[in-house]
Amino acid sequence: MDKILRIDMGAAGGPKMKVEDLGQYAGLGGRALTSAMIAAEVEPTANPLGAENKLVIAPGLLSGTVAAMSGRISVGCKSPLTGGIKEANSGGQAAQVLAKLGYAAIVLEGLAPEGKLYKILINKDGVKIEPADEYKMLPNYDLIDKIKGVYGDKVTCMSIGPAGEMKLSASSIAITDMEFRPTRHAGRGGVGAVMGAKGVKVIIMDDAGLKNREPKDPEKFREANKKWVEGLRSHAVTGQALPAYGTNVLVNIINESGGFPTRNFKTGQFEGASAISGETFADIETKRGGNPTHGCHRGCVIQCSGTYVDKNGKFVSKQPEYETTWAHGANCGIDDPDTIAMLDFLDDNYGLDTIDMGAAIGIAMEAGIIKFGDKEGAINLIKEIGKGTYLGKIIGSGAAIAAKVFGVERAPVVKGQAMPAYDPRAIQGIGVTYATSTMGADHTAGYCIATNILKCGGFVDPLKSEGQIELSRNLQIATAAIDSTGMCLFIAFAILDQPETFQALVDMLNAFYGLSLDADGVAALGKKVLSAERDFNKKAGFTAAHDRLPRYFYTDKLPPHNKVFEVTDKELDSVFNW
Amino acid sequence: MKAKIKLFATLRNGRFDVAEMDLAEGTTILNITEQLEIEKKDAAILFINGVHAELDSLIREGDDVAIFPPVGGG
Repeated sequence: MDKILRIDMGAAGGPKMKVEDLGQYAGLGGRALTSAMIAAEVEPTANPLGAENKLVIAPGLLSGTVAAMSGRISVGCKSPLTGGIKEANSGGQAAQVLAKLGYAAIVLEGLAPEGKLYKILINKDGVKIEPADEYKMLPNYDLIDKIKGVYGDKVTCMSIGPAGEMKLSASSIAITDMEFRPTRHAGRGGVGAVMGAKGVKVIIMDDAGLKNREPKDPEKFREANKKWVEGLRSHAVTGQALPAYGTNVLVNIINESGGFPTRNFKTGQFEGASAISGETFADIETKRGGNPTHGCHRGCVIQCSGTYVDKNGKFVSKQPEYETTWAHGANCGIDDPDTIAMLDFLDDNYGLDTIDMGAAIGIAMEAGIIKFGDKEGAINLIKEIGKGTYLGKIIGSGAAIAAKVFGVERAPVVKGQAMPAYDPRAIQGIGVTYATSTMGADHTAGYCIATNILKCGGFVDPLKSEGQIELSRNLQIATAAIDSTGMCLFIAFAILDQPETFQALVDMLNAFYGLSLDADGVAALGKKVLSAERDFNKKAGFTAAHDRLPRYFYTDKLPPHNKVFEVTDKELDSVFNW
Repeated sequence: MKAKIKLFATLRNGRFDVAEMDLAEGTTILNITEQLEIEKKDAAILFINGVHAELDSLIREGDDVAIFPPVGGG
């Protein structure tokens, strides 16, 4: 992982590639690398869909090694959704494969001529860029089927669906999983649209004939990885709850807490929660012959995903994640797992962010275009995107745009990006993260739910403003560092509670790179990433006024606790004071 | 007095999802978990009427008590 592949998609005479040394980016990976590159190389006021923007795809520092859980990939650019810097993080096979191929990053630059579409093939022998007109407007599953026919099913793909080709601002980049299905997505912020603007339909990566990356100190690395896996397996969340029920185990607990946004964030509890809970999904999958325990990439020991099948045992989609189940479920008043799984499939197939899609449909429901709870109507709205109709394009542009077009002022967005599955009035800590994250409303940027609700890493009362700034600050710093290692964020549950498991992670980094990092060094890395991102956003035009929740979260009380968001503006402005 | 007791995730195995229980005055959540043979470490997250509670929290007439094992996601 000692080289960078740059491809100028707008070069005269067709795309031109060059391979460079890491140079100033040596020692960086994942989000640290994507954000450093965007901050250094992209004009902050650039048009996100223009030639000045770049799409940076980077595996984490430990990707491509035998380290468990190291298969996360970062996709960075200036976001067409938020107008700020973006790092969309995903599982799937790509991080491991790209790292084994030796690339710390692929950088797509320039602008493809209108109407041109390409595929990029990368294997141990080099890189080829070829026209891909035959793939135009293919949904992701159809595309992968075609690719399978030509390249087999041992390769890994990163692709865009019709939404990305249409440059919709809620479009995703799909990444294939271990079964060569396009189920994992760099979902947030419209990264698919940037790939579409670059004219790249798919990157096909083949690691045949390549070995895992070798650490500088193999013995210490092996020992640390052993402790790492033991720590993950012994923690109740990463060893038991996530494998058994997946992320959707959260439906019942967030609903119980009164922070489960229902019908476009009108109430904090959904009467249909039980029907769409992780317990119910796992039960359905087991009874129908699906699988409730499954990993999204090689080397995953948590296995939080699953496979959802219909009544006849036929594959429908991966097990919908908690955020998806909430977005297409409670937020739309829908309590039917089969409908939610179908919506998950359609989002994946067209290449869309499930969070912004559920939020946009919730807004369409509030606007009266369809009624809350209308299952067929919700499916049809997503299908409109696949057809490329004007209505579809509005929904596919995300919740903020849909709200403007449909005349709905209650849009649960920050910096243009839809809030995920936790209402900040009942869970105040996550409101601090939503408001201040460099990414727009993003739960993963500083997952205060862990400490506000799940009692991981201590407890801070979710209904009070006290302690939330410090909690969000520390989690945002830690997350920026974790996102740079290639590690799945779910390791946080174990490392927040078990110091020896955190130490095992630090030991792995040190053994692999011959470093002597300590906890302070990890925090310094996180701060450096956040500072670069904040600086970019400032130059792009963001001010303190953008680090706020929409007004109605301060004025409209959320049942059942009847709370508003109480963290003051002054407090919000202190999150990044270090 | 009567109260509603709700169990989730692995705690349901061999027990129940929801039960209305007849309890003596002064009953705590710990009394319930002991009666149901739920280990302390497995009763990790507790709510009474949607507000976080502790094992020694008192249950009152009509309360809605939710008991979760350690869970996470996101």
